[in-house]
Amino acid sequence: MASDKHFSAIKGAKVLMVGAGGIGCELLKTLALSDFQDIHIIDMDTIEVSNLNRQFLFRQSHVGQSKAKVARDAVLKFRPHISITPYHANVKDSDFDLDFFKQFNVVLNGLDNLDARRHVNRLCLAAEVPLVESGTTGFLGQVTVHVKGKTECYECQPKPAPKTYPVCTITSTPSKFVHCIVWAKDLLFAKLFGDKNQENDLNVRSGDASSSSNHVEDVFERRNDENIEHYGKRIYDHVFGYNIEIALSNEETWKNRNKPKPIYTRDILDNEPTQQNGNVEKNGGTSDPSSVSAMASLGMKNPQDIWSLKENSRIFIEALKLFFLQREEEIGNLTFDKDDQLAVEFVTAAANIRASSFGIALHSLFEAKGIAGNIVHAVATTNAVIAGLIVIEAIKVLKSDSKSYRMTYCLEHPSKKMLLMPVEPFEPNKSCYVCSETPLTLEINTNRAKLRDIIEKVVKSKLGMNAPSIMHGTEVLYETGDDLDKDLLAAYAAKADKVLSELNSPVIGGTMLTINDLYQELRCNINIKHREEFDEEKEPDGLVLSGWTQAPSLVENNGNKSVDNAGSTSEASTLEVEKDDEIEIVAGKKRKLSEDVIPSNAGESKGKNKLEVLDDEDDEDLIMLDGDSGANKKIRHQ
Amino acid sequence: MDGEELTEQETALYDRQIRVWGADAQRRLSKAHILVYGLKGTVAEFCKNIVLAGVGSLTLVDDREVSEEALSANFLIPPDENVYAGKTLAELSCDSLKDFNPMVRVSVEKGDLSSFNVEFFSKFDVVVVSCSSLATKKLVNEKCRKLPKRVAFYTVDCKDSCGEIFVDLQVHRYSKKKNDETVECELQYSSFEEAISVPWRTLPRKTSKVYFAMRVLERFEEAEGRKPGEVSIEDLSGVLKLKKELFVSMNESHIPDSLLERLVTNAREFPPVCAIIGGILGQEVIKAISGKGDPLKNFFFFDATDGKGIIEDI
Ligand SMILES: [Zn+2]
Repeated sequence: MASDKHFSAIKGAKVLMVGAGGIGCELLKTLALSDFQDIHIIDMDTIEVSNLNRQFLFRQSHVGQSKAKVARDAVLKFRPHISITPYHANVKDSDFDLDFFKQFNVVLNGLDNLDARRHVNRLCLAAEVPLVESGTTGFLGQVTVHVKGKTECYECQPKPAPKTYPVCTITSTPSKFVHCIVWAKDLLFAKLFGDKNQENDLNVRSGDASSSSNHVEDVFERRNDENIEHYGKRIYDHVFGYNIEIALSNEETWKNRNKPKPIYTRDILDNEPTQQNGNVEKNGGTSDPSSVSAMASLGMKNPQDIWSLKENSRIFIEALKLFFLQREEEIGNLTFDKDDQLAVEFVTAAANIRASSFGIALHSLFEAKGIAGNIVHAVATTNAVIAGLIVIEAIKVLKSDSKSYRMTYCLEHPSKKMLLMPVEPFEPNKSCYVCSETPLTLEINTNRAKLRDIIEKVVKSKLGMNAPSIMHGTEVLYETGDDLDKDLLAAYAAKADKVLSELNSPVIGGTMLTINDLYQELRCNINIKHREEFDEEKEPDGLVLSGWTQAPSLVENNGNKSVDNAGSTSEASTLEVEKDDEIEIVAGKKRKLSEDVIPSNAGESKGKNKLEVLDDEDDEDLIMLDGDSGANKKIRHQ
Repeated sequence: MDGEELTEQETALYDRQIRVWGADAQRRLSKAHILVYGLKGTVAEFCKNIVLAGVGSLTLVDDREVSEEALSANFLIPPDENVYAGKTLAELSCDSLKDFNPMVRVSVEKGDLSSFNVEFFSKFDVVVVSCSSLATKKLVNEKCRKLPKRVAFYTVDCKDSCGEIFVDLQVHRYSKKKNDETVECELQYSSFEEAISVPWRTLPRKTSKVYFAMRVLERFEEAEGRKPGEVSIEDLSGVLKLKKELFVSMNESHIPDSLLERLVTNAREFPPVCAIIGGILGQEVIKAISGKGDPLKNFFFFDATDGKGIIEDI
């Protein structure tokens, strides 16, 4: 390690780190100890208590401060003479443009979401700066190297999409606890406390045509002067009792399924009013809304306990009451937040009551919070290991030692005796729309879909662009930017609402659109193919984009197929890695050789009406273990 | 309510890791007592990990004074003479570690590791030894084994691009998840002495080269009466001669001379390897304490030149 080349490569290097979280703290420390002299670090986050168990550069007293700045100060304590430049900002800000990226010799990612990763990948490609990418979850992690023209880019291979569930699984036929959580969070919570104008599937499916729509709309409104206790019980009886009865009347649904059991408050709760248990009045008014808690007011303490149906029912009624009595001004504007104690209590209770109804095992508040908030598992040790591996790859990149570049996986269970498994990087995917110029194909109904559908559902959501422009030949169909004048923006807005085939220069089968993102320096072409019909369940967007690297989202997590991966002795072996309950396995496209661990996002796509489990970002990333057992995947060990 | 429950403060601080190993494991961690010897970079990394994880207590032993080498990879020590003058490595590291997690008791024990009696080790659940001679490693391991209670014993060392962990859990009972069910398992471990006395000719040909290299250096230091890690390029011919003797009638390609040359030329720790070895060791100690998941048995090797992190059962 101690060659002159090694030291001069390190001493002369200017390094950009993106992310000062779990991996970032470890990485900054290891870079500094390894004699790196000029490190720039970007992170938009501030420090939270739940970071302190692993982000060791931060202390209780730093909570609320910029991660990038505090990390810098902490590292300067043991390496006072190096230069660390912190940016408390979003890497997607336009300040961090092509010229900014070009000044670095290597970029090191310790990010927590797919969106930012894609953005950095695109800028690194455009600036021709090598990228070392990383991710961890629990005991699993990986480090990959992306050098333009030499190895694949971050987007050459499928990335797992946020898991989505068919609407009817959520509204009518839940079979797992997570389905109940999604129902409680995205439907019931949103219906009661969120934006009233939002579409909500709560009644459409479960109530079906049998109830009049007028009646349906009224049920969730608190009537004038309605006693809050009464209102809570009415909601409870409606969603856990009446709606289940209605669903049961559709016998076809239950032919091959266990029938749910309607639950009414009269069967669960004693008749005495629950106010007597609560002490709302005592802590009312003066307390900070964020400290309002149904658990506290019912004297329940341990978030690890699994509550009985009765306890869940009491929490449900109590939480609803507390929202109306103590946080009334927020009702109508609330969105679920994993750090909102009362919201977590309500969602836990509602999900558990629904789970009882459907014969699904109940869960503790702690577990429910993890599922609802999509909290990523994280420990310090894995981050430390991954940071060490990142620095080893960064040094190889700085020495242009391209023969020894490796992607390395940190495994929980050894494979071929290895806990740390290096694999030769793959070559760039020739049909990658990001690092090659291969066009994408979009199937869409050009007589029905609007230009806006392409902008929102394809360009922004799937391709992850921020500031796109869309060209049809030489005509600009759409453009964004702060410098555009009002009239032009209005004209684009009007155009966006037109049906594709009715545009002045019609977008029909055979049209090729060119999409550009100025900030990301990314340009790609989309061939349009007209298609009349789409399957509502499988293709809810009403369009299909192919040649694009995000894997189709899995409808169901099919069981817990864990594979023991020890014991194989052949030189090229099939590698399958045991899957954690919380780790989704996404069947990706087949690869010649194969990868097994794909970083995903914890924070992409905060859909408003879509049923999504993934929503809130936290630190470190999930690792996705490829479960495509059909493809015979071979890993070359060197 | 009862003392067995995690406090609200603990649940908030350890939230993300409880999601990995469970509240039960977290409770066991908070009652575990760890002893470490040899505060260079690798052990500093390990200490950071285990203090963040929330063990009950951590006791540091290392009476050596600050050297350039200690400063190069131990980030717990500020490179300021006004701060470190007159203090030992253990004292300086202790000051920084205390700050990492107020819920962990970090303290210093003065003295020579090999002179502590058996009774002393009974206060601990885990003993981690680094920067020590062959004799000291064997001796401490034997003392741990004499105790009625199980004391988990580890050695750890990093040189240049290479790192090694040895694990002796004696008899280890644990549970693991298999196909959604929890199964109980048991593993038997060899002592350090047994593990390094296995005749080399009986080992599989593919056994990690780092294992052999570390044994050769250990024996060289012992034969020459050197302090741990006290070798330089001048010793290369002596080291290679010893290697030949140890590999008598065996294929010497088990360890290329270039590997020994590297380790002799630069016996210093390489910080990324410290982070990796300290991370793996932290994870292993957590597994041993919590009794959850397969622990490694009984050696782990990492070499940055090929990037492999390998488990060997020797
Ligand atoms: Zn690509």
